[in-house]
Amino acid sequence: MSDYDAHALSGAYAVDALDDLERAAFERHLAECPECRDEVASLREAAATLAETTALEPPAALRDRVLAGIATTRPLPPEVPAPVALDSRRRPRRRLNLLVAAAAAVLAVGGGVVLWEQPWQDTTHQQLSAIDTVLTASDAKRTSLDFDGGAKATLVHSDTVGRAVLVTEKMPPPPAGKVYQLWLDQPGKGMVSAGLMPIREDQRVLLSGDAATATGAGITVEPEGGSPEPTSAPIALFDFGRKA
Amino acid sequence: MDHIRPVGAGAPSPEDGAPGAGADPAGRPDLAELLRLSSRGDEQAFARLYDATSARVFGLAVRVVRDPAQAEEVTQESFLEIWRTASRFDPARGSALSWLLTITHRKAVDRVRSAEAATRRDATYHEQNQPVEHDSTAEAAHASLEAHRVRGALAALTEVQREAVGLAYFGGYTHTEVATMLDLPVGTAKTRIRDGLIRLRDAMGVGS
Repeated sequence: MSDYDAHALSGAYAVDALDDLERAAFERHLAECPECRDEVASLREAAATLAETTALEPPAALRDRVLAGIATTRPLPPEVPAPVALDSRRRPRRRLNLLVAAAAAVLAVGGGVVLWEQPWQDTTHQQLSAIDTVLTASDAKRTSLDFDGGAKATLVHSDTVGRAVLVTEKMPPPPAGKVYQLWLDQPGKGMVSAGLMPIREDQRVLLSGDAATATGAGITVEPEGGSPEPTSAPIALFDFGRKA
Repeated sequence: MDHIRPVGAGAPSPEDGAPGAGADPAGRPDLAELLRLSSRGDEQAFARLYDATSARVFGLAVRVVRDPAQAEEVTQESFLEIWRTASRFDPARGSALSWLLTITHRKAVDRVRSAEAATRRDATYHEQNQPVEHDSTAEAAHASLEAHRVRGALAALTEVQREAVGLAYFGGYTHTEVATMLDLPVGTAKTRIRDGLIRLRDAMGVGS
């Protein structure tokens, strides 16, 4: 995402003024940008001071309801460092450097999550493991497309897991001010947004949405921030082969 | 708010045995410590946390969602989430108050975006702030003093920055909506929001 001015979104992110697509894209950027993480944290402190000006005593009955609610709710355990041994995963020998870089990127994302996204930590954590779950699923189906210039995109989907993952190699960055957006083709609904693709040459990204019902997936080039529905012809289409 | 724990030796604190636990020397609760105790299932610490912060949480929810009944729901959901995820709070990454107001704000904004309640849309940001209810406790006095400081700090913002920050934070609008509402070129509202928050941060001396 370094190709467009992600930094400028830190304020809008800190006050929840991004739409869902922008937020997803910015959170991917945050995982890689310590400066933005620090800035968002400091701007959230600033925003929190605004609540001083609107303080209002809640009704006394609300206190009773809240305390009754927590009495029947178990607090989550603390996050403990996951004892993940990266070298225990089976990886092909070729392209070792890229894989090491990819592993480092995953580690960086994980580390950033633990340090940073406190309220939504679980979700992001699930994303990382969900990618592995899809890629290693026994019913994982792969469809690969080659682009001019050596870029390659492989879509992996698993009906039992119900999710899809896009794996890219050597993807060129989108045009200035544009992003790659992912879509799932859902029967009766057409193309439903499955999130924005972070701008990196080689990566794995989890598509949001139910891949078990989708009949295919696509990639389009959209204006910065993404679109509610595709506004351009897809640069890639993946058929899940369900019509057979 | 006479249920705030008394300063000094007013009442013994049965669970932790340390009368000062969860409060600073001035008797104001240490929110981070209360969160830490809450994460271990200490309901009494959580009750103190609620008493110390519920006016800000509820006030923010009312300001964003407008409808008091929905604001109560948002408040209840937020405190439940705060209780459930207290162990995930990391004091190295920011203040406890900012952490719990971030949760509250997100829930309030989710509520108005999904409901797009008509009652909220017909009221504009420009109407006056919700009145702060005063009472005689030190906490309330502190809160109104802070509110006074914040209003002073907001004077450091330009008019358009102040409006953009207010529409985003209190109105729950996206930066694209804010741009339209303020007749700003698309893409510039986010800059106004960021610049405004930076000025507010520096004037208040919070954050890094």
